Amino acid sequence: MTNISSSAVVAEAEGPLVPVGLPTEPKKAKPGWRSLNFGSRMWIALGIIGFVAALAFIGPLFYPFGPDEKVGSLYDYPTWMNTPPTFEHVLGTENFGYDVLAVLMASARTSIIIGLLAGTIAVVIGVAIGVLAGYVGGWVEELLMGFTNIVLAIPSIVILILISISLQSTNVPFLKGAVGLALVIGITSWPWTARAVRAQASSVATREHIDVAKLSGARTPSIMVRDVLPYLASYAVMAWVLQLASAILAESTLSMLGLGPSGANSLGKQLFWALAFQAVATGAWWAFLPPTIVLTMISFGLLYLQSSLDEVFNPRLRRGKKKNLAKAAARRAETARKLAENQPVEVNA
Amino acid sequence: MGLRRYLANKTVWYLGALVVAVVLNFVLPRLIPGNPVDVLVSKMGQGGLSSEAQQRTYEAFMREFGLDKPIWDQFLLYISGVFNGNFGASFSFYPTPVSSLIAQSVPYTLALQLPAIVLGWIIGNLLGAIAAYKGGGWDKSVFTTALLFNSTPYYCLSIILLYVFAVVLGWFPVGGAYSLGTSPEWSWAFFSDALSYWWLPFASLVLINIGGQAVGMRSMAIYELGSDYVNYSRSLGIGDRKMTGYIFRNAMLPQITGLALSIGTMVGGALITELVFSYPGMGSLLFGAISSSDYPVIQAVTLLITIAVLVANYMVEILYGFIDPRIRASKSGEK
Repeated sequence: MTNISSSAVVAEAEGPLVPVGLPTEPKKAKPGWRSLNFGSRMWIALGIIGFVAALAFIGPLFYPFGPDEKVGSLYDYPTWMNTPPTFEHVLGTENFGYDVLAVLMASARTSIIIGLLAGTIAVVIGVAIGVLAGYVGGWVEELLMGFTNIVLAIPSIVILILISISLQSTNVPFLKGAVGLALVIGITSWPWTARAVRAQASSVATREHIDVAKLSGARTPSIMVRDVLPYLASYAVMAWVLQLASAILAESTLSMLGLGPSGANSLGKQLFWALAFQAVATGAWWAFLPPTIVLTMISFGLLYLQSSLDEVFNPRLRRGKKKNLAKAAARRAETARKLAENQPVEVNA
Repeated sequence: MGLRRYLANKTVWYLGALVVAVVLNFVLPRLIPGNPVDVLVSKMGQGGLSSEAQQRTYEAFMREFGLDKPIWDQFLLYISGVFNGNFGASFSFYPTPVSSLIAQSVPYTLALQLPAIVLGWIIGNLLGAIAAYKGGGWDKSVFTTALLFNSTPYYCLSIILLYVFAVVLGWFPVGGAYSLGTSPEWSWAFFSDALSYWWLPFASLVLINIGGQAVGMRSMAIYELGSDYVNYSRSLGIGDRKMTGYIFRNAMLPQITGLALSIGTMVGGALITELVFSYPGMGSLLFGAISSSDYPVIQAVTLLITIAVLVANYMVEILYGFIDPRIRASKSGEK
């Protein structure tokens, strides 16, 4: 599974995106989005994600076969490999004789929906706990972070497996299916988001604008939502992207163990059946490569998006060409010289 | 005495986590409406067992696994089992004890995972630091490759490696841990045979671990490169070699915490890798147990994985306490 925790550590170690206590550079007048530097990475990432999303949500509208339509037998070759070649079933059939491409589209859709649901739940819980612990501090922080650290230490895959086994034998169809799985993944994957958010929230809590808000009589919940949360928004967006990826991967891990959503196709279940029916050993590549590639594309696309967002939000990581770096250094030197000439320097809060 | 406090603090937290994990491992499988034996016996019923025989099996199983006792007694039984390493008998391989099933599969899992985690960590950190330091084309290519491997799910890389190197090219055997006809023993012949089955699953784990560590190390090192002490030392004219040493040591620390945090994820991913290669370790044991509703085995495997991950994390954190000078210097521990 993707190693997302290292990014969490990075985020935690870096602390807030703007150093506290040091004089920050004067805010530029132009709107924030103008300074966003959408590098080529961002476009590649968005392209990959867009492709998968189109496959999952637009593809089925045009593809003539459904995922539950039996069109052949066990591992029929893709029809373009026949003589004469046709383009009826581009990716052949899987073990039950269903069209692989049709199943792939349905699977990608389920996996993305599970990811969106689970990722959102995880980020909401994580940010709520992190902000509460980081801003309020004291015993609330001790309690929440103690709890978080304990949950973080226990491998989440174990908890996921144990809960999913219980869910499998319930008689509630709602819990057995994709939604139940998404809920379980969501409520087990928030801890590292909470930890990283807490680190940032507690440093935001010491800034002057929070004192101003307190003096002006704002209540604690309002301060947390209106004065602390906006500073964490960029981090929350990146955490959401990572949670999305890790939830989709968690779903396929569980499905491959035979704990997938019942009554729905998913990328993991497609791999589960391919392995169960020896697709790899018999060389039926069309049955296992498409879900493998789509899963890798989802995961790579989202992680790439996260790292390019990181560079947009965190200029320290931005490494352009040498020429640009030199230009930027010259510009900074120029500003410093001007500042030195126009004494006294205004150190803005 | 910052170090002693740090160690005591970590010990208390990990003991707490251990207690929570042991309790969860007992409670979660019992959230099932009815009980495990119900599920098992109803599966037997589908196999054409008469209802009278079903009833008898049901009662025998209930007695055997202590499920007819009140929940509190069951918990005590479970706890004493945990301490004695006695996890009862397997449902599907009755009366083989669960502990002997586990003893058969643990060596395979350890042989795959330990070298993959340790080597992956060392190579990944070196690559990441070099990429950050050199910058330019080196950085771009290493970073993109590392990110690609880091974001490839374990099982996807496993499937691709298995297909390309074992099925298409035929360089490696297609799955399993040793050839048919040989049996596990301490001999050179068996060892070299098993090694040929070991390479592919090991490669798929270590490549991903290298990727993950390199991505993390690169951003840590870039962060260090921009810090004030680097600029200051540069202005003093300190040589590149010495600077790299400083940067590496400072960027290492968060990577050690990162290792502690990611061991759990790595272990989870490796379980599925075993499935893909039908490698007879804990992952395959767990998979078999899940598909045959073998609850004693599931519970024992999940418990062992949890304990192993907790112990590994604990050791990494203790190591961290000895490495990081700030802990020795400070009065209060880290959160």
